[in-house]
Amino acid sequence: MAQENVEFPITGKITSVNVGQGDKVNEGDVLCLLESMKMENPILAPVGGTVTKIDLSVGQVVEVGDLAAIIEY
Amino acid sequence: MTGFFEIGFLNLTWGSVVMLIIGGVLLYLGISKKMEPLLLVPIGFGIVLVNLPLGGLMATIVQGEVYESYVIGGEPAGLISRVFQYGLVWELIPCFIFLGLGAMTDFGSLIANPKTLILGAGAQFGVYFAFFIALLLGFTIQEACSIGIIGGADGPTTIYLTNRLAPHFIGATAVAAYTYMALVPIIQPPVIKLLTTKKEREIYMKPQLRPVSKTEKILFPVMAAIIIILLVPKSAPLIGMFMFGNLLFVSGVTDRLADTAANAFMNILTILLGLCVGCFMSAESFLNVESLMVFALGVVAFATSTAFGVSLAKLMNVFSKEKINPMIGAAGVSAVPMAARVVQRMGQEANPRNFLLMHAMGPNIAGVIGTATAAGIFLGMVG
Repeated sequence: MAQENVEFPITGKITSVNVGQGDKVNEGDVLCLLESMKMENPILAPVGGTVTKIDLSVGQVVEVGDLAAIIEY
Repeated sequence: MTGFFEIGFLNLTWGSVVMLIIGGVLLYLGISKKMEPLLLVPIGFGIVLVNLPLGGLMATIVQGEVYESYVIGGEPAGLISRVFQYGLVWELIPCFIFLGLGAMTDFGSLIANPKTLILGAGAQFGVYFAFFIALLLGFTIQEACSIGIIGGADGPTTIYLTNRLAPHFIGATAVAAYTYMALVPIIQPPVIKLLTTKKEREIYMKPQLRPVSKTEKILFPVMAAIIIILLVPKSAPLIGMFMFGNLLFVSGVTDRLADTAANAFMNILTILLGLCVGCFMSAESFLNVESLMVFALGVVAFATSTAFGVSLAKLMNVFSKEKINPMIGAAGVSAVPMAARVVQRMGQEANPRNFLLMHAMGPNIAGVIGTATAAGIFLGMVG
């Protein structure tokens, strides 16, 4: 099993978390929404697999490079 | 008896009915489709109001006679014609909007990757292209400048320039510029797709841009204002306000002013501008061959700007080792942040790893500077 760490590409505030730990995702699925520069930006799954870690809450402020989720595939 | 003839129904012309429908369509797009509602709702409602006969919102008095629609050089006598006169004809609103834009613009991505300035400049080719086409079609040089600038997709700059050079076109060019800004998500993607392969759209760009220090951020607006205004003096009102707004934003000691400029002040200006633009679109000012040609040429200008931006990004890739995603060239038109958002969405669609928003903001902001500078050049040339 390989795993991929998904990192936040920009600084922003989480407005919704769309998947939970253990969920199966396909490539391109929305993991969470991030508000930045007055826009809602979806963070997408780069690969299909199982989300083994996602620890985010709505309203949380994240920085570039912070871990968004880990996906095993 | 006169009271009876004052009833609006009897004075409806087919032209005002057409305009009422256009106003309704804009309201529908803004409200139901959520397409740039902050622009389309005020414009749409303005169109509806002004095309109801005898309302007098845009009334002007010329030599003692009252005209229903705005007449350049007349004395404003209606609610919106007064705002129009002192806000737009006096050029206050477009310049102050640039102040607000500056206060909400983060130049970080541009400073971190100054190469993207070139893309913002490249996308201005559409402006000159449409300028020449308009000249060939028999418009005067002043009119051609005003039509070309629509290609920059920058409402305030278009209004500013048209007002100086071809004031009789202000309704048509302003509406064209704002409509195309709202239609960025529809006009740009086909042009981008036509010019790029799927592989190019998939090109991944690393998210981490070089961190930009506070000193750089403060020096940028000051230096940029000095250099651009020395080079193109006529751009001073727009660029000066833009950079001043940005200085308020980055200085760290004027947050209160920056906050007002970017939010409350900007909202007030948007309401006034939207209503003014909408109210200028009465049937008699708008439904004529010239206005419709301005509209058609505007979309040519805008599509060409997009095409040049993308092509220039592809050209840069030939010479540079670290490949950029050519789509960010399309963000060189100055519709901030609509164009950057389009690139972001298309980038993610092609490759879910991609996150081009910050990369696209560089050319996008450079585009604003580019269009304002192009306007300054036109003014210097023929103003």
